[in-house]
Amino acid sequence: MSNIPAFSGTIERRAFVKELLSLCPDALVVPGLGSSNYDIYAAGDRDLNFYMWGAMGGAALIGLGLALAQPNKSVLVITGDGEQLMGMGGLATINAQQPKNLTIVVLDNGHFGETGMQHSHSSLGTDLTAVAKGCGISNSFKVREASEAKTIAQNVVARAGVSFAQVYVKADDVPRAFPSRDGVHIKNRFRKALGLAQM
Amino acid sequence: MSTQAAPNDSQTHAWQDDIFDVLKKGGIKQVSYVPDAGHAHVIRRVHADPDMRGIVLTTEEEGVAIAAGAWLGGDRHALLMQSSGVGNCINMMSLLDSCRFPFLTLVTMRGEYAEFNPWQGPMSRATKGVMEAMGITVYRVSKADEVEDVVSAALDSVFEAGDRVAILLSQSLIGRKKWVRD
Repeated sequence: MSNIPAFSGTIERRAFVKELLSLCPDALVVPGLGSSNYDIYAAGDRDLNFYMWGAMGGAALIGLGLALAQPNKSVLVITGDGEQLMGMGGLATINAQQPKNLTIVVLDNGHFGETGMQHSHSSLGTDLTAVAKGCGISNSFKVREASEAKTIAQNVVARAGVSFAQVYVKADDVPRAFPSRDGVHIKNRFRKALGLAQM
Repeated sequence: MSTQAAPNDSQTHAWQDDIFDVLKKGGIKQVSYVPDAGHAHVIRRVHADPDMRGIVLTTEEEGVAIAAGAWLGGDRHALLMQSSGVGNCINMMSLLDSCRFPFLTLVTMRGEYAEFNPWQGPMSRATKGVMEAMGITVYRVSKADEVEDVVSAALDSVFEAGDRVAILLSQSLIGRKKWVRD
C-alpha cells in the first residue's frame, strides 16, 4: 500500500462540532453513527438531535426526508467519511430534490475510526467533495481550518440551497460519549420538540 | 422499462389510480421510488401533484431512510419498489424496528408469473420472508378490485397504529412484460 496518498487533517473534531452547533442552535441535527454521533452528544444533549446507532449510509437521507417535511427549519447532517461513503448515491438523490434547508457535513479523518482505524476510500484517493459536486451539489467545499465552522453555519442558517462540507479532522482516538440508545425515545422526543404527536 | 410502458399505456389504469387516490387521501406527502413499470402511472401522478413530492432513488434503501426522516418531521411517506429492490433495504430496515417508525411500501412482484427472466426468481421467492424477518407485516394483492381496500387498510395500520407494512402487488395483476416490440 505504498501508493496511499498523504492525508492529514488537523482539525480537532470535538471542538469543531461544538463550535458549529453553537453557531446554529436551532438546527435539526442528524448525526451519522459512530464518532460523529459521540461528537454531537458531547457538545450537549438536545431534543432535536436524532442520535444514530445504526442505519449506516442513511444519515444524509434521513436529513433529506426531514428537510422536505420541515422546509422552514435548517437541517444539519453531521457524519463521517465511512458513513457517507456507504451512501454516496444518496448525494445524487438529494441533489435531485434540491432542498434549500439541508447541509451535510462530513467529518473526514480518512479512516474507519470505530473499527480499528482502517483506511477509508477517502484516504485512498476518493475526493468526497468532488463526488458531491459530481452529483450536482455545486455548493460543496473543503474545510481545513477550524475557523471555517462559521462558513458552514452561515450555509445552515441561510437555507439557500443544499451545501456539502468535507471537514479534514485529525485521525485520533477521541474518548467515546454515548447518547441514549433507545431509538423510540430519541424519535419521540425529537417529534415532541417539533410539536408532533409522540408516535 | 419502456418495453412494458407501451402496452400499459394503451390500457386503463384503474387499480393504479386507486393506489394514487388512497395515498393522496391518506395524506402521503413524500413518495420515493426506484422505477418499475407497474408503478409508472402512480409515479407520473405523484410528480403531477403539487402537494406531493416524488423522490427518485439510486437504491431502495435510501427510501427507508427518507421515510424515517419524513416522519421525524411530520410527513407521511410511501416507498415504491420492485421485488428485486427489497433485498437492498434489509439493514436499513433495522432503523424502522429500532425506532418504531411507521413505514409503508408497495412492491411490484417479478419472478412469479409469465416471467421471462430467471434472474428475477431468487429475490422474488425471498421477498416476503426477508421483510417478515425484518419485522414488516406483508400483505399481497392479486385482484384489481382488492387493491383499494388493501392499500387503504395498510395505510391505516401504518399511520394510525404505527405499524410497518409492505403490500406485494402480484405479477399477474401487473400483467405480462412485453420483451419483444411488435
